[in-house]
Amino acid sequence: MTPRPRPGGRLVRSYVVTDGRARPTRNTLDLITLLTAADDPPPTGLTPEKRRVTELCRHGALSLGEVAGHLGLPVSVTKVLVADLMDSGHIATRTPSPGFHNPFEQGERPSAVRRFDAGILQEVLDGLRARL
Amino acid sequence: MGFAPASDDVYLRPTVRRALKVLVVGHFAVGKTTFVGTLSEIRPLRTEEVLTQAGALVDDLAGTRDKTTTTVALDFGRLTLNPSLVLYLFGTPGQQRFTRLWADMTRGALGALVLADTRRLSDSFEVMGTLEDLGLPYAVAVNDFDGAPVHDLAEVREALDLLPETPLVRCDARDPDSSTRALIALAAYLLSRDAELEHA
Repeated sequence: MTPRPRPGGRLVRSYVVTDGRARPTRNTLDLITLLTAADDPPPTGLTPEKRRVTELCRHGALSLGEVAGHLGLPVSVTKVLVADLMDSGHIATRTPSPGFHNPFEQGERPSAVRRFDAGILQEVLDGLRARL
Repeated sequence: MGFAPASDDVYLRPTVRRALKVLVVGHFAVGKTTFVGTLSEIRPLRTEEVLTQAGALVDDLAGTRDKTTTTVALDFGRLTLNPSLVLYLFGTPGQQRFTRLWADMTRGALGALVLADTRRLSDSFEVMGTLEDLGLPYAVAVNDFDGAPVHDLAEVREALDLLPETPLVRCDARDPDSSTRALIALAAYLLSRDAELEHA
């Protein structure tokens, strides 16, 4: 949708919940990174927001974008929290999207050709056709 | 303190191991939110990204006030394509001024579906230009609005100055089958494009 003005308050909160950090401790996180909560360690000592992330992911797997949506947090803030929780062993990720050649990681220009494995593209096509 | 969504359906099936994403882009009020909502198996979610010109979120919030800060909303939904694979749809505005968001969004995206409105075709140029700059392949779906003039697709193709291979379809963003067919057009294009690159 379109940008819209936000009431005051959120910006300060974002700053606080990330401990003042703008960037996550790892840059491999994406909106569709799949997250699950680890059984241990116990969520003691976590900030309220980190506890909410862990609690949400305890019941099943969700993408990072879904976690942000359910908890009402901006994506950038969610990435910082999730990266911390991965560092502390509270959150684990499932394998990233298969067959994707990431030109950014290869230091290529963004306009470089992106390639997905033909097999995964066929799976997408088959899966969509099955919905009709 | 705890947070548990009302329904178990919000979670991915335990067998899901892989996720892909497609962007649904277009100008204001073209039907992105409707399209995502029509196809999503979960209640569509909305999240936000705060953008600053400097690209340094927290530094800006902590200090300066005069930098431009914009909040962009993302609507997204989910489709389970097979027991191990899900597809996420992200509806997002395609304005050039959100390029940083776009770079992040397009990273790892299969491609994009551009929604267009025959009454405002020229508004789609900026969106398509951004996709081309980012090297993201796309298909175009003309969202049929009630009361909008129905143009021949060949005329629309010419007006949008599309490449011959770029798929162009009609769709009704309120209709699941019609919306699914638009995504199928994109997926088939990506597959044929992949085959061509393979043999290039």
